[in-house]
Amino acid sequence: MLSRYYSLSQPVTSDDHSQGPDNAPVTLVEYADYQCPYCGQAHPIVKQIQAHFGDSLRFVFRNFPLAQMHVHALKAAEAAEIAREYGKFWAMHDLLYEHQDRLDRTSLLGYARQLGIDESEFARKLDADEKADRIKEEFMGGVNSGVNGTPSFFINGVKYENSWDYESLKEAIALSSGSR
Amino acid sequence: MTSQSAGPLPVNSTAPDFSLPKGDGQLGADPSTFWHLADERGKNVILAFYPADWSPVCGSQIALYNELIPTFAEYNAEVIGISVDGTFCHKAFKEHNNLSIELLCDFEPKGKTAKLYSAYNEQLGLCERAIYVIDAQGIIRYSYISPMGVNPGAKEILETLQEIQHA
Repeated sequence: MLSRYYSLSQPVTSDDHSQGPDNAPVTLVEYADYQCPYCGQAHPIVKQIQAHFGDSLRFVFRNFPLAQMHVHALKAAEAAEIAREYGKFWAMHDLLYEHQDRLDRTSLLGYARQLGIDESEFARKLDADEKADRIKEEFMGGVNSGVNGTPSFFINGVKYENSWDYESLKEAIALSSGSR
Repeated sequence: MTSQSAGPLPVNSTAPDFSLPKGDGQLGADPSTFWHLADERGKNVILAFYPADWSPVCGSQIALYNELIPTFAEYNAEVIGISVDGTFCHKAFKEHNNLSIELLCDFEPKGKTAKLYSAYNEQLGLCERAIYVIDAQGIIRYSYISPMGVNPGAKEILETLQEIQHA
């Protein structure tokens, strides 16, 4: 029995967190959870993939926190969303993945401070759940696109169902780019 | 290759009734330790048969449905996981992953309910990864058996619940 075919229900827009040119031949979308150990394993692989493809790849990150199972996942996602307002989304994103074992509130405030973000302002936004709705929307957009766990990848809008080790992912992206 | 069942029970057929022990570590004949499908009339029910508590694919599938409990509730639906694991196994699995989802034990006679739902893999002695959406009148509105290693996600479940709501 073949698995079913899924595609992104929410197209990539300027509201997304993205790295790389908008007109890159390949867009890689990842749905992930900052507290998920598999996502932590995927993080350096995605970096390697980005380094390999350079400007031929646009990378988009979307939140998919399994917040019941991972008690810090939602607040960690909110922390990155808040950091975005200070132009620090990707810096916070990296810090969170590099410190997956320390995602409690005190640690999140520490990362904000480390990035030069006003700590009390950051804390107020974090405690007010300001970003929870956006994260929930991304989560449901993922569910409606067939995201079934994390990390889930989409290559040019089509759900990638194979292994996400470096070689496999690289090959799939190269195939999609059609150029090498 | 593992032998696969002939396919799920068809849509628009009546969901077979069953009663199974809950997976919260209680043993005994007390009715409160059992979950009975017929008691859920008036509510939509999602049955997720899955092979085993601790396998990685099952873990992420059950965690996803657990996360979606409030979303399913918006559609007057509750989600139930069923495997051949025993009650103490379910309890440990739930506690370890901080899950509140109801998990039932198709443990003795093993796989009896899964067989009723054409969702038992005789060769492996495990439930298939089968999804049923049953409406408030006890009619099957969606049925699907996923390849065992593939987490079927929740897209089709939500689409079915939306259809039921708009009917």
